[in-house]
Amino acid sequence: MHEVIVDIAQILASTLRLSTPLILCAMAGLFSERAGVVDIGLEGKLLMGAFAAAAVASLTGSPWLGLLAGILAGMAMALVHAFACITHRGDQIVSGVAINILASGLTVVMGIAIFSQGGQSPPLSREERFLPITLPFADALRGVPILGPIYADLISGQNLLVYVALLSVPLAVVVLFATSFGLRLRAVGEAPEAVDSAGYSVAWLRYRAVLIAGLLCGMGGAYLSIAHGGGFVREMSAGKGYIALAALIFGKWRPVPTLFACLLFGVLESSASRLSGVSLPLVGAIPVDVVLLAPYVLTVVLLAGFFGRAIPPRALSVPYVKDR
Amino acid sequence: MSAAPLPRWADVVVIPAINLVLAFLVAGAVVAIIGENPWRAFLVMIEGAFVYPGSLGYTLYYATNFIFTGLAVAVAYHARLFNIGGEGQAAIGGLGIALVCLALDPYLPGVLVIPIAIAAAALFGAGWAFLPGFLQATRGSHVVITTIMFNFIAAGVLVSLLTGPLIRPGQSTPQTRNIAEGATLPKVHEILRAMGFDAASSPLNLSLLFALVAAVGVWVLVWRTPFGYRLRTLGESEPAARYAGVAVPRTIVIAMMISGALAGMMAINDVLGAQEKLVLNFTAGYGFTGIAVALMGRGHPVGIVMASLLFGALYQGGAELSFEFRTIDREMVLVIQGLIILFSGALAYMFEAPLSRLLSRRGRRAVHA
Repeated sequence: MHEVIVDIAQILASTLRLSTPLILCAMAGLFSERAGVVDIGLEGKLLMGAFAAAAVASLTGSPWLGLLAGILAGMAMALVHAFACITHRGDQIVSGVAINILASGLTVVMGIAIFSQGGQSPPLSREERFLPITLPFADALRGVPILGPIYADLISGQNLLVYVALLSVPLAVVVLFATSFGLRLRAVGEAPEAVDSAGYSVAWLRYRAVLIAGLLCGMGGAYLSIAHGGGFVREMSAGKGYIALAALIFGKWRPVPTLFACLLFGVLESSASRLSGVSLPLVGAIPVDVVLLAPYVLTVVLLAGFFGRAIPPRALSVPYVKDR
Repeated sequence: MSAAPLPRWADVVVIPAINLVLAFLVAGAVVAIIGENPWRAFLVMIEGAFVYPGSLGYTLYYATNFIFTGLAVAVAYHARLFNIGGEGQAAIGGLGIALVCLALDPYLPGVLVIPIAIAAAALFGAGWAFLPGFLQATRGSHVVITTIMFNFIAAGVLVSLLTGPLIRPGQSTPQTRNIAEGATLPKVHEILRAMGFDAASSPLNLSLLFALVAAVGVWVLVWRTPFGYRLRTLGESEPAARYAGVAVPRTIVIAMMISGALAGMMAINDVLGAQEKLVLNFTAGYGFTGIAVALMGRGHPVGIVMASLLFGALYQGGAELSFEFRTIDREMVLVIQGLIILFSGALAYMFEAPLSRLLSRRGRRAVHA
């Protein structure tokens, strides 16, 4: 029994670690899209954040400066997106595609220029990373039945950014649903003309939403390269930004359901390797590829309206023109 | 107050030129920041794309890919549909070619296998775009999101087939066996050599002709057929199209399938022409480059062919960068590509108003004089 609990706690812990970048990116997308700005550039901002964090952590030796750099890089890309989509009313999807491609290219070009290691950063030492934090009494309580392993292996022993990601969800709930800023931000995604006639700047609200998205993606990137991983690798975001976008749609643009979608996709990813070769009754052997594709398939099925409709914010992807 | 519409020559020539120059200037700044001479990098790219033996063939080979994917994006875009699933549709198109060739090349002569394979590429590509189109038309599921998801699903399908049932027996590289000699498209240098010319080897093959035919076909389809008229009406305004009696859902589905067929046909160039087998990840981002090409080319086949040449030269010239400079990699091309999408796509309107004001002021002065 105890063994099983330990196993479960460890699977859940690995799920949590794999879900963390998804949660941060999905919350980023939540802010941006709730304000009416489509964000398919999550992937690119995540990648830029990962590169900047690893590069600065490696050059300065400080994970804190790395995190700051990751956040600034994410926000810089967000600023480009905002400038194109809000100031110049450009196509939000085109801008997102541009950001993703730009990030793929820039990270490698700058990586080679700075480190000459084929686009990677040097491996980071322990001092340059965010390491797992052992909460008080974790080892002492490990022997306690059921709760012990859950506390010691799941709740304790994660790095700082995992906790930050988990905190970002209640924070998003509070900001979006319990502050006047959040009310205006959501209004600007549904009926910008109403916000405008109430005397608030649609552009400035959207700018702030997009910048918050950049901040969160940058953190997600820092998590990938200086917390979960020990350095930057080419294309290390590996589609996570897109999975986060899928999770956001799956969660119907609401924070808590989005969190669960991220955890679901995290479970699928963490169980894919465990499930490979295992044969289940009735189903037979499970191909890993199929498990890994589940997030994309599920999202398409959801979008097709099979388990309830996912209705996006009304003004999503529509640039706001004052004199219309 | 809105600025007067730009004259056509300014819209077609000046605006794309300004955007292109801006993209190159910013890319040049990146090169300067990493400590190399941007002008020298530019010259190396030009030389690498056109001057070295065989380089022109490579440039045209890449351009062939981009003509197909650029046309694919453009056809859908005329109906205001953003098909960013070219990557997945091309991959599945390649799968169609491989299945036909592997199944038929031992039995049928090449002249029969090749047309069937080409049809399969178009059909498989169209099939892969059908569901996103259908869901957009009937359920309102946004085609951007579904095509992104379908890109990943296509990649997964190819991985599991190429590491499993389709892998060439006795090897571990994820690729199929070679297609039989006679069932592939001849390469241009082979034809030239057969005619007695001296030609350097390159992967350029007869697909370029198909691409050009497709470009003419798209022009006819979009501007000279009733369907094209419905397509463009839908793109201008869905309510107007509906009011005019256009069957909107059917038009959406057909537009997406034509778009998917064009993207699928990109695979002809690689699978049936250059590699003569299906290799994992042969699409290499060309589907996304099609977005840049379509935007640069302003959705018109002539513009798309020109933009494809530009991007072909960028890709081939970019490969040269990594040989000449220790610190610049061919990923520099991605930076340029991203900037071109940004400037000629997302920031397309940035210069429209100032330029229009400038032109109308000059026009007014001319009238007063």
